[in-house]
Amino acid sequence: MTPAETPAPERGTARLALRLLLMAAILILAMLPVLNQLPVDSALHVSDFIVSIGGKWITYAVLALAIDLAWGYAGILSLGHGAFFALGGYAMGMHLMRLIGTRGVYGHPVLPDFMVFLGYKELPWYWLGFEYFPYAMLMAMVVPGLLALIIGFLAFRSRITGVYLSIITQAMTYALMLAFFRNDMGFGGNNGFTDFKELLGMPLQTANARAVLYYASLALLLVSLLLCWRIAASKLGRVLVAIRDAESRVRFLGYDVTQHKLFVFVLSAMIAGLAGALYVPQVGIINPGEFSPGNSIEAVIWVAVGGRGSLIGAILGAFSVNALKTWLTTVAPDLWLFALGGLFVAVTLFLPRGLIGLFSREKRA
Amino acid sequence: MSGGAGNPILYLDGVSVVFDGFKALNDLSLIVEAGELRAIIGPNGAGKTTMMDVITGKTRPTAGTVRFREHDLTRLDEAAIATLGIGRKFQKPTMFDALTAFENLELACKAPRGPLACLRWVLSPATRRRIEGVAEEIGLTSRLGDRAGVLSHGQRQWLEIGMLLMQDPELLLVDEPVAGMTDQETEHTADLLRRIAGERSVVVVEHDLEFVRALGCKVTVLCEGAMLSEGSIDHVQNDPRVIEVYLGR
Repeated sequence: MTPAETPAPERGTARLALRLLLMAAILILAMLPVLNQLPVDSALHVSDFIVSIGGKWITYAVLALAIDLAWGYAGILSLGHGAFFALGGYAMGMHLMRLIGTRGVYGHPVLPDFMVFLGYKELPWYWLGFEYFPYAMLMAMVVPGLLALIIGFLAFRSRITGVYLSIITQAMTYALMLAFFRNDMGFGGNNGFTDFKELLGMPLQTANARAVLYYASLALLLVSLLLCWRIAASKLGRVLVAIRDAESRVRFLGYDVTQHKLFVFVLSAMIAGLAGALYVPQVGIINPGEFSPGNSIEAVIWVAVGGRGSLIGAILGAFSVNALKTWLTTVAPDLWLFALGGLFVAVTLFLPRGLIGLFSREKRA
Repeated sequence: MSGGAGNPILYLDGVSVVFDGFKALNDLSLIVEAGELRAIIGPNGAGKTTMMDVITGKTRPTAGTVRFREHDLTRLDEAAIATLGIGRKFQKPTMFDALTAFENLELACKAPRGPLACLRWVLSPATRRRIEGVAEEIGLTSRLGDRAGVLSHGQRQWLEIGMLLMQDPELLLVDEPVAGMTDQETEHTADLLRRIAGERSVVVVEHDLEFVRALGCKVTVLCEGAMLSEGSIDHVQNDPRVIEVYLGR
């Protein structure tokens, strides 16, 4: 069928088109590391660069999904989700630092280089246990979850909503950035962690490790998507939408709004933490810059561009905005921030339901 | 459930609410019996909505006692009071526009309210029948699949009453249910409320005296935060103090 004959997109056909596109996208994403193994002169060969950037974007997509669950459904606009992502990243970073062992510049069997340099005699107590992978992964969820629980409890219980909540979360990530910049925090100060060697016995910087991390990220994305779908399709999803649209009315129906918001906020922070944990070994570095408020705002823009309140939309937004960023920062680096701001304004004015709104005419939520 | 005198379900005694020196409620006392239908009227600013806010936990009284059966309502928050069995319909119909009429009724349905319980919730055939039964009662059977946002004003008012019924409360507080309704819709609403009362207590706040007459129940007149008169609609309409308040200014 040529485009001219295509009937006006009805809801059903648009849905079907979206579903086919989605399956094609998953297939292509799943194939990338395999295509990477083809000989370089093959037409289908995919470069190392594409695989590593693809893996990175998938973790961004997970972060976007986490933000959309809180913002798109429950109406909690967090401008500090980058902090949960970064905390998960630091947990993974601590594990990777412990695995360096005697291969560091100072060759100390226990202490990472920066600790030797700063004159530490022994590991700080909060570093204990991070040599174990499961413990580090657990902390990548528990620490962001705990922070979200504390901040969320204080804010939601006092019925702080809307822009005030956004400002509090923004302050949270800024405060963490300042704290992590300090050398005496024991997290490597402004240099953070880098120069990682291996993970689970695999030397990083190999095609094999890249593929494993890529597939782990893809698996995390799919599991998070299924979990979020399950929530969105349940009565809990409808309670969250109700809270988003008329919070006090939900209270008069007898729902404890604080509990529901806390549940979704903590879950969202934990998903963001895991995304950060998979991000760090793929980019090879974590430093306090990850806490910068701009990062969190950028992630919210991914969701707005893709389509707030649509889980697929959030993922689509993360990929498309980052593709634009990669391209634009190569051809005209100075223009990126203007483009990002312009994009946000344009989407708000002309595509209030984001890119995904182009596919479904009358999708709610 | 035994109605009639001597079985108070809601008990307000000496309730005052002061906002920045302004007395929204001034030593108000009110008793509502189980199964009773009661209309509350009064000029603007008489404290009708503030009284609703106090009963539902939105506003804390500065002084006085508010009891629902044996529970002290001044110590509970909105959600806890709603769970005890007090449902409220707002002056402006408030529901969830992004959800369908069916989903609005489902959310109101009496069931465990925690996040995990909601995640695991499965709509049972019995609950589905109940929602359809309520929909029939409020005349929205054909609109169940439509989003609440596209319903007409009258239908939204009924949907909200339907949500109250789904909560299965012992006491319904209904704030100006017929504001902006056509005569036919008003009549239908009066019918609906008369039918609901009996099994439960219903307190209706309303401006429209014709509608209150159609309810045919005991009427309480509020003025400046206190009770001015109480009795049948004929009694209060002939009370010189009421005439003065309504006509004398």
